[in-house]
Amino acid sequence: MAAKRLAVAKTYKIYIGGKFPRTESGRYFSFEDKQGNVVANMCRGSRKDFRNSVVAARKAQPGWAKASAYLRSQILYRIAEMLEGRRDQFIAELQLQGAAARAAEKEVDLSIDRLIYFAGWADKYQQVFSAVNPVNSSHFNFSVLEPTGVVSILAPDDSGLLGLISNIAPAIVGGNTCVVLASESKPLSAVSFAEVLHASDVPGGVVNILTGFRSELTEFFASHMDVNAIVYCDGRKAVARTVQELAADNIKRVIARDQVDWLRDAQDPYLIRDTQEVKTTWHPIGT
Amino acid sequence: MALTALKKKSARLPDLSRIPAVDEVGVNERVARFQTRSIKKAAKVEALKLILSMIDLTTLEGQDTPGKVKQLCQKAIHLHDALPGLPHVAAVCVYPTMVSVAKEALAGHDINIASVATAFPSGMSTLKVKLDDTRMAVKAGATEIDMVISRGRFLAGDYRYVFDEIVAVKEACGDVHLKVILETGELGTLDRVRKASVLAMHAGADFIKTSTGKIQPAATMQVTLVMLQAIRDFYKETGKMVGMKPAGGISTSKLAIHYLVMLHETLGNAWMTPEWFRFGASSLANDVLMQLMKQSTGVYQSPDYFSKD
Repeated sequence: MAAKRLAVAKTYKIYIGGKFPRTESGRYFSFEDKQGNVVANMCRGSRKDFRNSVVAARKAQPGWAKASAYLRSQILYRIAEMLEGRRDQFIAELQLQGAAARAAEKEVDLSIDRLIYFAGWADKYQQVFSAVNPVNSSHFNFSVLEPTGVVSILAPDDSGLLGLISNIAPAIVGGNTCVVLASESKPLSAVSFAEVLHASDVPGGVVNILTGFRSELTEFFASHMDVNAIVYCDGRKAVARTVQELAADNIKRVIARDQVDWLRDAQDPYLIRDTQEVKTTWHPIGT
Repeated sequence: MALTALKKKSARLPDLSRIPAVDEVGVNERVARFQTRSIKKAAKVEALKLILSMIDLTTLEGQDTPGKVKQLCQKAIHLHDALPGLPHVAAVCVYPTMVSVAKEALAGHDINIASVATAFPSGMSTLKVKLDDTRMAVKAGATEIDMVISRGRFLAGDYRYVFDEIVAVKEACGDVHLKVILETGELGTLDRVRKASVLAMHAGADFIKTSTGKIQPAATMQVTLVMLQAIRDFYKETGKMVGMKPAGGISTSKLAIHYLVMLHETLGNAWMTPEWFRFGASSLANDVLMQLMKQSTGVYQSPDYFSKD
């Protein structure tokens, strides 16, 4: 009788600067399925992992912002293609995280579609949100959008894949780079999604994904002076207060997405607008 | 000639055949060990302050203007006024033509003015030109001279020439401190680094320095360790202390702390002062300042809020 093949379990690691290191802290937490079996040991990311991620994101930001809208669009489309190719794996992982088969399938399909949706906006949002402004002097006055820079994202806890993608895509399509804390209760698909990003021509550092404890890391996501905006998807008042107070130090843009139904509401160009700055130029003209 | 007179007086070319061979694998392992030390909290703050006080804030570019040098000097005096109790850097390091600018900008402050000299960075010129270069820098007010050795002559085996040249430059310096740049990135092997270190120290160097910063690799922990060991053995042999200056490529606090650990474990406390150890760097200062601010506020910092250098 042939012996049953020994399963090869996957090591779930964090994603920083285009690499997959383990957390520098050496800590982990166990992810268990519904029956209480340990499925994987996840990296319990530390504040230093976050700091390293911000360094990587900052380094990658100017180059990514300079990439043409067309190229950013192509890369987002490429992420969707890669995700499509690994559809079954993601469905299985969502099921491990407690989703029913039909719901898992729907979430993965919507995730792919959402990437395509934002890929399409890459060379369009600027036209929609920019303006030529009438002014009462001899000036040609116009406003255009520029990426705010590095965005820290506390991804929604209840939507491990779709919620994650719905926050990453609008940030990066506009030329920002981001550091994301994955869902704490559904962390598997975030790490697998990092592998998809890695295989999709996304330059290292543009997206950095950490797994770990929200209670431990939120304050650092909010307070870091080199982060320009923070997105949080947590309805609790205490969290909102912490984030807003700490973000005030360097006047970070604070974006609350705590009331979003990720299945329906997140196809919206205003999500791109959230992490953009408006630059207005006064250009003298002859009368 | 003055050169021959000086040779008779003191300096003699050492017997270079007696220099021990460097165990490269051993050096790598030793260096890896230094990088495992964990320096935290209060000890880290002390280390960071010590690093600041050891920095030679440097600008050595063809595009240097008086304005840029003045800005650098201002930075040397006011590292980050939001954080009280900081030391000032040890020196600013500039080209000879910028020494007078630096001298004026630093008037009344206890900050040294280091000038590179001797046809920096290549060293490809005659002895006469190099000595004139040195004298010019000294006359303009430099308190430290960073000279380069003639690597071409050294690699060709003309040790006598290299030795005599250092002796002559040392004489041209007078009382001014002389740092001898070996440009280890061009020497190729750790054995040659050791040999050049011994040569420079016997010729009268007050400091030995790894690199110009113009060649990659610049300072590495490996070459610095070999040079520190050479300094240690020279001290045991002659009783004379020689300083060390790694330069180029040290841009993070963490790495600088590893250098301090290496210094401490190779040469000991006596060398843990700006008088005997320097970092040649420009971007290191801001990283150290950001770390110190992090330690005092608990918040990770952004370069946006620190003066550029």
